[in-house]
Amino acid sequence: MIKTDILIIGAGPTGLFTVFEAGLLKLKCHLIDALPQAGGQCSEIYPKKPIYDIPGFPEVLAGDLVENLMKQIEPFQPGFTLGERADTIEKLEDGSFIVTTEKGTKHHAPIVAIAGGLGSFEPRKPPIPNLLDFEDKGVEYIIRDPELYRNKNVIISGGGDSALDWSIFLTDVAKSVTLIHRRNEFRGALDSVEKVQELKNIGKIELITPAEVIGLVGNNGLEEVVIKQGAAIFNRECDHFIPLFGLSPKLGPIADWGLEIEKNAIKVDNTLDYQTNIPGIYAIGDVNTYPGKLKLILCGFHEATLMCQSAYQRIFPDKRYVMKYTTVGGVEGFDGSKKEAPKAVIKSID
Amino acid sequence: MTDIKITIIDRQGVKHEVDAPTDMNMNLMEIVRSYELAPEGTIGICGGMAMCASCQCYVLSDHELPEMSYDEDLMLAEAYNVKENSRLGCQIFIKDELNGLEVELAPEV
Repeated sequence: MIKTDILIIGAGPTGLFTVFEAGLLKLKCHLIDALPQAGGQCSEIYPKKPIYDIPGFPEVLAGDLVENLMKQIEPFQPGFTLGERADTIEKLEDGSFIVTTEKGTKHHAPIVAIAGGLGSFEPRKPPIPNLLDFEDKGVEYIIRDPELYRNKNVIISGGGDSALDWSIFLTDVAKSVTLIHRRNEFRGALDSVEKVQELKNIGKIELITPAEVIGLVGNNGLEEVVIKQGAAIFNRECDHFIPLFGLSPKLGPIADWGLEIEKNAIKVDNTLDYQTNIPGIYAIGDVNTYPGKLKLILCGFHEATLMCQSAYQRIFPDKRYVMKYTTVGGVEGFDGSKKEAPKAVIKSID
Repeated sequence: MTDIKITIIDRQGVKHEVDAPTDMNMNLMEIVRSYELAPEGTIGICGGMAMCASCQCYVLSDHELPEMSYDEDLMLAEAYNVKENSRLGCQIFIKDELNGLEVELAPEV
């Protein structure tokens, strides 16, 4: 059982910044995210896109913002459960919570902060009739462990960055890599497209375009895919079929936690501390709603800050505390590091 | 300030005629959201970057629309329920020429 002070569901920018604000209050955090990496939408959907409304940054790439946040929270040694979706919550007699992921990992904390954005990202599944029969029997929608594909015949379909990037990556691991896309054009970073072209030219990636996979064949596991290219329909042997058609967020199991939901978001008390209708569970960032709500990263940062002060009071009802400026108090990490403003030099001038 | 009239058929098949401002740099996806014609979280998920196709719609009137960008074209190549008249609402900006436009929202995926 993983134990922490604040259990954060969602490792997007709001969830990550919560670790910093909690750290200033000496509270430890652990984050759960369904995606295999931190950063939420910023990392998954638009890492290379600029954001212009982060105070103090005239322009910052979403991926760089996440990298900076990770650096900023490093001294507070957050724990991560990545690639697992928070599924169930149980409230114990002492008011604390146990949150269990779909893989059975249990987390125990007095405070739960839901920073789930638009929800957990679920892969979009192509409309292939018997697709579900082959899930985890040769069909995967997210590549969690590339080693699974070592010396295997892999077919990837999709036309975006992840299809391109994984095709490139797997050429060093898999026995063969075939990329199938409905168009001849790909929607990805220029260098990825060029790299795939290069790998195709030297025969390391087979490209089948414009084409799509319309069926799957196999007895106990995947053996072949059925490909439609123009009027031609043919089968191709493979061990794995990985459709990469992007991810779409779903509020998912959180919707069944007894929280008040409005407009696909969790209702919170914005006049106080962003607490939900269940005491001890907060919702911050894009996942919450209140009158006048704006889904902006900078609003998420503000909400996280206020939420942490409230969480502190809840954990230590008898302790007194006032907010301290980092310029005054510095940042003392749990790793023994200490950052502080340089002391003024006192020296007389003759 | 000027408004144009746009007809939007929601995912339940209900027809709405709405006023859309031409001077706020708004797109069709944002008009749908501003009138709450599709539940929040089911449209405009990527925020309008032509990266998710949650605002896909079918254009029913014969207005001349801005040419499809490369991004939009390729996103639609990956989307589902795509028809000849599919467009991404986030890529259609509200302009005077679009007065009387009629669209139908594509099903949620």
